[in-house]
Amino acid sequence: MDSKRQETPAAVHAEGIVKRFGPTVALDGVRLTVRPGESHALVGRNGAGKSTLVSVITGLHRPDAGRVSFGGEPAPAFGDTTAWQSKVACVYQKSMVVPDLTVAENLFLNHYGLDRSGAGPGGRFISWRGLRRRAQDLLAEYGVDVDPNARAKDLPVEQRQFVEIARALSFGARLIILDEPTAQLDARGIQRLFDKLRELRDQGVAFLFISHHLQEVYELCTAVTVYRDARHVLTAPVAELSKEDLVSAMTGESAGTAVAWHAARGSAPDAGAEPVLEVEGLALDGEFDPLDLAVRPGEVLGLAGSAASGNTALGETLVGMRAPTAGRIAVRGRPVKPGSVPHALDAGIGYIPEDRHRQGLVLDRSVAENATLTVTDQLGPWGTVLPSRTREFAKGMIESLDIKTQGPEQPVSGLSGGNQQKVVVARALARGPSALVALRPTAGVDVKSKDSLLGVVRRVADEGSAAVIISDELDDLRVCDRVLALFHGRVVASFESGWTDRELVAAMEGVGERE
Amino acid sequence: MTETIRPPVAEETGSATPRGRLQLIRWSDFSLVPVILVLMVIGFIVSPVFLTSSNLISVVQQSSELSLLVLGQALILICGRMDLSLESTIGIAPVIAMWLVLPSEGGRFAGLDLLPVWMAIPACLLVGVAIGAINGFLMLKLRVNGFIATLGMLTMLRGLHIGITEGKSITDVPESFRYLGKTDWLGAPAAVWICLALFAIGGAALAWLRHGRSLYAIGGNPEAARAAGIRVDRVTWIVLAVGGLLAAFAGILYTGHYGSVAATQGNGWIFQVFAAAVIGGISLKGGRGTLFGALTGVLTLQLVVNVMTLGGVPALWNQFLNGAIIIVALVISRFASGEKQD
Repeated sequence: MDSKRQETPAAVHAEGIVKRFGPTVALDGVRLTVRPGESHALVGRNGAGKSTLVSVITGLHRPDAGRVSFGGEPAPAFGDTTAWQSKVACVYQKSMVVPDLTVAENLFLNHYGLDRSGAGPGGRFISWRGLRRRAQDLLAEYGVDVDPNARAKDLPVEQRQFVEIARALSFGARLIILDEPTAQLDARGIQRLFDKLRELRDQGVAFLFISHHLQEVYELCTAVTVYRDARHVLTAPVAELSKEDLVSAMTGESAGTAVAWHAARGSAPDAGAEPVLEVEGLALDGEFDPLDLAVRPGEVLGLAGSAASGNTALGETLVGMRAPTAGRIAVRGRPVKPGSVPHALDAGIGYIPEDRHRQGLVLDRSVAENATLTVTDQLGPWGTVLPSRTREFAKGMIESLDIKTQGPEQPVSGLSGGNQQKVVVARALARGPSALVALRPTAGVDVKSKDSLLGVVRRVADEGSAAVIISDELDDLRVCDRVLALFHGRVVASFESGWTDRELVAAMEGVGERE
Repeated sequence: MTETIRPPVAEETGSATPRGRLQLIRWSDFSLVPVILVLMVIGFIVSPVFLTSSNLISVVQQSSELSLLVLGQALILICGRMDLSLESTIGIAPVIAMWLVLPSEGGRFAGLDLLPVWMAIPACLLVGVAIGAINGFLMLKLRVNGFIATLGMLTMLRGLHIGITEGKSITDVPESFRYLGKTDWLGAPAAVWICLALFAIGGAALAWLRHGRSLYAIGGNPEAARAAGIRVDRVTWIVLAVGGLLAAFAGILYTGHYGSVAATQGNGWIFQVFAAAVIGGISLKGGRGTLFGALTGVLTLQLVVNVMTLGGVPALWNQFLNGAIIIVALVISRFASGEKQD
């Protein structure tokens, strides 16, 4: 619309921001400056304060100290949502469109062009025809090729993001925050998104890009700001910062330090040993093609792949959450009835689900209850569950996994993310599984919990069990002795420990296959 | 940010310290006990008759049938489901049982004379189980909306009841029904003892049996329960059948006590059942609440009605006050327990 904003000093400027939650300091005097027409990356490990900063500069949280300004003007008053919307918008990982409404209605949700000032088409009643026309104009203005009559739920993920971006721009916002926008996109979707972002950047829109994928930061962004432990560490042009320096700024230690749980190079377990977990011709229509796996005692197998690769479905099939269309699974030579969790548990398959809120935890119930959910048959005679034994069992788990809790009776909802995840792991380990299947086990946990969780997986394997880690997070896969990369439901590559990030990422994105 | 700094409480050593035990008891479950005490004081002030044993026994006797429905509904709600048809089951189950056992001629109500008279109680209970199982089939196999499915079941069974009885009351109640409804054991009606025993069994099952405990996991997060190896559908189905069974049993007690089945038996009870359960701290979203809480919910509602009757409130105003009291009790229990009801 207007390009004169380009001359103004900064799309957003935040300085000395302090935010506390109870005893926790989430932001400790941090700063951030994003210039118009710039894509600025904000990176840091979990808990570094990125999301809190986003809440502060989108007006969701009031900072305890510090100033925020947009284009040189001080930020709107706290709580004035409309004013904030005209300055900045955030496209979250979770879609904020109403899935059952059309694109046009989503674009004008709650104002419908029933203009307060009378400047717009105005009127008392919603004019659907006008709404559609204006939606078309708006989408065309930003070059978004989406049918305004389509239902939002029918759009591919990146188009839904375009709609959200277009909506934000229509409010007058010239700063768009993208929170992990590529998390649910495949390689082509990411490309389309990035093309669109570059286009809008040339029109003077500023982006704040939050991502764990450093590669994307280098691909898209011109400047980067690193936070660590609630503090500002550095801001620099991307071109002048090597990847190693960026990683060491994020972690505070020089990159490449081996951690205890990293698979030692060439430590491949005895190839002659009888496999613990054996899979033959396992297939699930529409998710993954028939594949064979054999995991030996002491081995951690990684199944790498992006969201669309089918590796999640494979993991859920291994543990009985889904019934395969063909194939068989055996643990220590004993066949497992497919599609039945109780049988898988009995056979010795432990399961760490992908999403702890969806499949992992009963949030209202206590730590003890959640941790013992898989072993209720072992806590007393004749189907009884004795509270004393439950507590005893839970205490052992709390100790061995170092779960920070007030005690076994505390509801899990009161625990931090990392400790909640440890409860999920406790539940999986409770039966002493011979094969542990973990789906994205470190999603949304902080660095320290991550280390200890991956350490647990390593320990389980070292004690003679087999472990399977299903993830697209490179750190998760570093613990593996062997990594299979999946792409569109097929194994496209296999790596022994000692792979480089580049080759694994390329395989996960299907690059190796196409070339 | 994800890591909340929280100094871990110094863990007491020794596993079964009194404090460890105490933590198992949630004080919010007792939030209605003071309300009940206050009601008793009010009752005493309103009328000296209130504290006589015959009045109190009649209160608990009247609570017994309702409390069985609440017991069934509470189990179903903890599982994260609901069953509206319980209020029709309490009427239709005894009717079908009597229809099957009563002679085809001679009485005011013509039965089918298919089964011997001693089969009346087993037949009645079986009908209850069958209704629960059909509800389970609709909800768990066909995956239709449970609220509407059981609402349809409620209406359908009420219609079946009226159809079979031709809208009249049945007064030829089998002796076995009468015995359970009328006998006194140890100075209190048998029905009351049976109810207390069933609540105790249910409470113990929820606390100490693995399948009982699994109800909380199923209601709290069915996906997590499934991932932990709990047979979610099977357990839910059994709970629905048990709910039907308890409603049928309540029907036996009610029929036995009054010596007849009216065409409207149980009509409108389901609102009281839900009110008592929610006032007693059971979450409509599942996964939360205790049977003790549900029992106090029933007693609270019944005491209020009794106090009103003794206080001479005109009968025409009863319905208005009933509704008002449910709302007031709901608000009181929400703030007494400090938990949001949802």
